[in-house]
Amino acid sequence: MRHLELRPGLYRDSVRLMQISGALTHAPGVHHALVAMATELNLDLLTDLGIVRPEAASPNDLLVAIVVDDDDSLAVALELLERELAGPGAATGMSVAGLTGGGIGGTPVGVGTGQIAPRTTASAARLLSGPGLALVSTPGRYAFVEAVDAMDAGLSVMIFSDNVPVDQEVLLKQTAAERGLLVMGPDCGTSIVGGVGLGFANVVRPGPVGVVAASGTGAQQLMSLLAVPGGAGISHCLGAGGRDMSEQVGGRTTHAALDLLDADESTGLIVVLGKPPAPRVAAGIRAHAAALATPVIVAPLGAGETDLTAVTEQVLARLGVAAPRWPAWTPSGARAATGGWVRGLFSGGTLCVEAMMITVSSLGPVRSNVPLRPEWRAGTGTDGHVMLDLGADEYTRGRPHPMIDFGPRCALLEREAADPRVGVLLLDVVLGHGAHPDPAAELVPVIQTALARRPTDLTVVVSLIGTPDDPQGLTHQAEALCAAGAWVHLSNAEAARRAAEVARRAAEATLGAASPAHEAVTRPHAGSDRTAGDR
Amino acid sequence: MTGAARLAAMLLREPQVVAVGASALADALADQVAPHVRVDWRPPPVGTEDDLARVYADPRRVAANATAVSRMLAAGASLVDVCRAGDVVGLEPGQFCHAGPPVRWERASGPLRGALIGAMLLEGLAGTPEEAERLLAAGRLADGTPVELIPCHDRGGVGPMAGVVSPSMWAWVLRDETHGTSSWCTLNEGLGKVLRYGAYGPEVIDRLVWMGDVLGPAFAAALRVTGPVDVKAIIGQMVQMGDEGHNRNRAGTLMLLRDLVPAVVEHANLPAAAAARVARFVGGNDHFFLNLVMAAAKLQSLAAADIPGSTVVTVMSRNGTDFGIQVAGTGSKWFTAPAGTVDGLYLGAYGPDDANPDIGDSAITETIGLGGFSMAAAPAIVRFVGGTVGDALLTTQRMYEITLAENGAYALPVLDFRGAPTAIDVTRVIRTGILPQINTGIAGRIAGTGQVGAGLVTPPMECFRAALRALAAASPGDRP
Repeated sequence: MRHLELRPGLYRDSVRLMQISGALTHAPGVHHALVAMATELNLDLLTDLGIVRPEAASPNDLLVAIVVDDDDSLAVALELLERELAGPGAATGMSVAGLTGGGIGGTPVGVGTGQIAPRTTASAARLLSGPGLALVSTPGRYAFVEAVDAMDAGLSVMIFSDNVPVDQEVLLKQTAAERGLLVMGPDCGTSIVGGVGLGFANVVRPGPVGVVAASGTGAQQLMSLLAVPGGAGISHCLGAGGRDMSEQVGGRTTHAALDLLDADESTGLIVVLGKPPAPRVAAGIRAHAAALATPVIVAPLGAGETDLTAVTEQVLARLGVAAPRWPAWTPSGARAATGGWVRGLFSGGTLCVEAMMITVSSLGPVRSNVPLRPEWRAGTGTDGHVMLDLGADEYTRGRPHPMIDFGPRCALLEREAADPRVGVLLLDVVLGHGAHPDPAAELVPVIQTALARRPTDLTVVVSLIGTPDDPQGLTHQAEALCAAGAWVHLSNAEAARRAAEVARRAAEATLGAASPAHEAVTRPHAGSDRTAGDR
Repeated sequence: MTGAARLAAMLLREPQVVAVGASALADALADQVAPHVRVDWRPPPVGTEDDLARVYADPRRVAANATAVSRMLAAGASLVDVCRAGDVVGLEPGQFCHAGPPVRWERASGPLRGALIGAMLLEGLAGTPEEAERLLAAGRLADGTPVELIPCHDRGGVGPMAGVVSPSMWAWVLRDETHGTSSWCTLNEGLGKVLRYGAYGPEVIDRLVWMGDVLGPAFAAALRVTGPVDVKAIIGQMVQMGDEGHNRNRAGTLMLLRDLVPAVVEHANLPAAAAARVARFVGGNDHFFLNLVMAAAKLQSLAAADIPGSTVVTVMSRNGTDFGIQVAGTGSKWFTAPAGTVDGLYLGAYGPDDANPDIGDSAITETIGLGGFSMAAAPAIVRFVGGTVGDALLTTQRMYEITLAENGAYALPVLDFRGAPTAIDVTRVIRTGILPQINTGIAGRIAGTGQVGAGLVTPPMECFRAALRALAAASPGDRP
């Protein structure tokens, strides 16, 4: 039997709803459960459940669809739903963890007093008792207002959300400059400020390297590589947002962050990362960097630029540290060549772009939703080599980010592995706070099944972004993925080279023909870098 | 702290983080044991995003709201006079003030019609209720003078329930010396069959005549001797004595009595029995002071009127048909929607079917943070307006989510003397979906009935959406 209801005005974020849907699906007698905001994307999913979509649903309504054995099972499931909706992250949930002494206005006293959770950023800011900042991760069209609220309260702000109009971004950053505040983002996946990881953040050790990054996963790759034993620690990582180095935004946050880190006594070396910048903006940033007292390595992605692993090696060299061999895990009985098309399924936009830049010289055209050239734009179901940024808007609207929700990526992996023309599956696995608590648990069964079906002509390569202190356990994740049969590299560049090599060698062996691979690498087409759920 | 210093401080030690949006990211802060506050965020209504962004991009907004708040908090309220409404309001024959946004006879509710009939009888403009109704419907007095209905707010005053004011009624006059402004409100008639609830029987008219002949002049005489009475100070005390200033005014009433009765006895030239009647009338009507709270509230909200760019609500008012609000940034423009029904308790055999939609200017008390906003101050009446003491505390706490300031002059003991939630922000009402909480009386639907109950009501959200649209349209420039 099928149960469908709409609950108007009941809001939970998409990650919380994914968790609730998961809990319900595991309830006895439940075949499928979808608890989600009634967005177009989610309403479309009803069809798969054999349920006719309701008329007059608003994206602010909570959609509850359950396919279940019988009335009794439904009653149990609905009871569970109520508990879950009332649970952590529910309307009454409020934590001021670590805050002592109450905030402005004090704590109410008296019989039966409760405290209600703040409903706006401005209201929450009243509870702070020291230097603070706001982390905004609402859907993008609402982020501007919350960010303004934060700045009105004197807080700097990190905007994790994407889909924020660029004119709003410019206005926010202008206002921040006038008021001596910092706006990190929009579309800022990662920051580490004063030791606190914001967004998707790896657990790093303190050290001299200050990072300014207009690319979240780029920063995560750099910090993960620096975190190897004998590497280097991080002072702060200030995200700028994927568009900061565009012509329109003009690198406003990058400039502000450079000054901030230059004045910071714990920072001894600054690294500027980003997606390919507008030339004029890049020139301005280089000039600014050259004028600072602190040495700066400016290394955005782009034609003629080094990859993130090479940037890391430069950083270590500047610190007088010898670059290590980057950790890698080789599966037992690994095949050197399986040939076929490469399918890159990435959760990190920068990692996807980097992989394409590295492999295009040997593979030739790599099609993508964030293509290096406009004419290579393609989505799923395209022939040839394809690398996709599954964190881009078109895959995440109304859904959690693929670093959190592995469902769609696992489904894609299964489908691509079933295509005999596909020979190499390349994927990133990003660890750290905010990411899935155990990615290997999701991926291992899928990888095992795929390799069991195609024991001789399929290779799986994983670039594993994480530090030894990440909560998921770097070694545990690497070993589990490797035991399932995947090549695992801490360096995304090495993983990409591995994938290309495996595909190429077989191609040369079977075709014996020259590849069309010597095309010049051009600037990647403007695309969205890492995006998160709820953006 | 300078901006640069503040920024640098952020890097020096673990920052405190406000987390708004995805719960997973707040969870990640909890996992790091990083100090953080979670916002219980929900999306605003579909279709308001662009207007909200425009208003938040208005460069005037922050300073305008700061001005509105400081003016509201600085506003004083002293009782300086009692006189005929005709003199203070400036009403000509045929002109009547009423509560709420503008309304014509054709759309007027039962209690407003009843009160207008009573006013016609009081002024001698009609001999019978039927004649009064006929003339009002025709829109002309017997001598051809046009009948004109004027919102009290348009004349700088307020009227409870129907709020009908005619020239020979008497009114309190209050003064805000800080801003040099005045306001007025009629004298309270008591409970039951009274004009403001739409009753117009002989006992209603007789009482109004006595109030004009004896009560008003007695207080006028007393005030001439005592000098101005600091109403703001009395309100500050009453909210610490169990009154919220809308549905409970007992302490305020007794303090007024304390301040004025000796002078009435000594200087009003009344026989002992008449002076005693004055004292008994005031002391027997727990709501007598409400009308002074309303006039004081009008002064406080008036202080924030006409500040371009400000999103602060300056008027919330109902005429029994429509609910209307005004906002500082849009002057005296009304944003109206159909008035809601009151959720409450009923007197005697009356029930919801007997109730008129929400009516009265008394929501001016909530507009400045009293009434429903200060429910936490009045545990004694929580059952009357529904719920428990805990509900009352939560109601006040919820109101802090939609207001910009706390009024230290009206401090609420049970909330550790936190100031009353003050300066309702249109944008926060939209963003949170939390509507202002109003305590109110319920008038009978049929003209002539009077009061049938009391309870709780909220304004229609549409008023705030319309105000937001207007604020967005008034926002300068082509910024987002």
